[in-house]
Amino acid sequence: MANKVYPDAKSALEGFTFDGMTVMSGGFGLCGIPENLIIALRDTGVKAITVISNNAGVDGWGLGLLLETKQIKKMVSSYVGENKEFARQYLSGELELEFNPQGTLAERCRAGGAGIAGFYTKTGVGTLVAEGKETKTFNGETFVLETGLVADLSIVKAWKGDKEGNLIFRKTARNFNPMMATAGKKCVAEVEILVETGDLNPDAIHTPGIYVDRIVQGAFEKRIEQRTITKRENA
Amino acid sequence: MPWSRDQLAQRAAKELRDGFYVNLGIGIPTLVANYIPEGMEVTLQSENGMLGMGPFPYDEDVDADLINAGKQTITALKKTSYFSSADSFAMIRGGHIDLSILGAMEVNDRGDLANWMVPGKMVKGMGGAMDLVAGVKRVVVVMEHTSKDGASKLLKKCTLPLTGVNVVDLVITDLGVFEIDKHGSQPMKLIELADGVSLEEITGKTEASFVNALR
Repeated sequence: MANKVYPDAKSALEGFTFDGMTVMSGGFGLCGIPENLIIALRDTGVKAITVISNNAGVDGWGLGLLLETKQIKKMVSSYVGENKEFARQYLSGELELEFNPQGTLAERCRAGGAGIAGFYTKTGVGTLVAEGKETKTFNGETFVLETGLVADLSIVKAWKGDKEGNLIFRKTARNFNPMMATAGKKCVAEVEILVETGDLNPDAIHTPGIYVDRIVQGAFEKRIEQRTITKRENA
Repeated sequence: MPWSRDQLAQRAAKELRDGFYVNLGIGIPTLVANYIPEGMEVTLQSENGMLGMGPFPYDEDVDADLINAGKQTITALKKTSYFSSADSFAMIRGGHIDLSILGAMEVNDRGDLANWMVPGKMVKGMGGAMDLVAGVKRVVVVMEHTSKDGASKLLKKCTLPLTGVNVVDLVITDLGVFEIDKHGSQPMKLIELADGVSLEEITGKTEASFVNALR
């Protein structure tokens, strides 16, 4: 029987990486990012990667690590405001950047994974985002054609997974991970808790194992970008 | 006296209705959550994948897996649900969210909005703003009436790259409130003045044309 379980992030990427590849990386900000697989991807030394990810990490963490080592050639993102090294490389022309509206990016990943070549959306009509793209009128309203996205590899992070690759996400750490899992030719998932097949409630599975080629259990730092709290009134 | 940031948020809160699903942008719009009227049920959506957003957590309850679209740690409520980014924007684009309140750099009298990019400056990206203004039923902008150098931000034609065309329904500035007939041909209407602001002052500081419809 095929084994999907790998002992660590490094071995889980073996044979799946090459120069010039396209990688989808799940997460929103630093929430729900595949932190171990990003480090392992850095350590492969693979170059000229196109990374599809909503954000670009921060300096020194998440995808910021791959920027430091200049392994990223191009980013496809919706918001990259938290990263100085990103700004530096972009302004100096070392890094290409394609902005997608966040919902368009999410839907492009969903469509790519579902075998949908393109879809029409209202988002971005009449803006820079729609320039050079086909538009079409439906019921008197203008829509712009956006294409589905696929990647050579997607790396995602879930809370729980089983040995079949079935995944359950936790709270807002789900974000882009489920769609990206479907849109990679290969998908590697890292989880906090790896259980025996049969231990997850089948009704509660967010990503069925068919999308996941390899799974690895990791330890997580789970860094927080903006720690905002409510102060307790002293009794 | 022009309205303060908190007064702007208070005025924007008057646009809330019982049972509304609402998305609040970053900055002054976030403050609107502090002024939801007593007894009114409003459900806040966070576009990173959550419906039913609660307040900031106590220190010991901070959870890295629970953040809002501004990447701030938050809490859940009894009614909370979580979903993927694709589901979140299906909700937004599909017209299921009642109200979006967001900031702006420029708005014109036809409801065009610019709030994501200044050419020549490092651009951070549009995030979910283009999807929100294209899909949410009603779009309310909260902004300063003029830029730091005194130029009107309510224009005949936006000069900055657009976030959306014919998308804004209402503009609340520190000087007053304007209603926009975004899909029709009615002129923009001035419907309220901030306390102590005169018609002359607001007219002098507004490049866009509007009609006086003060109530």
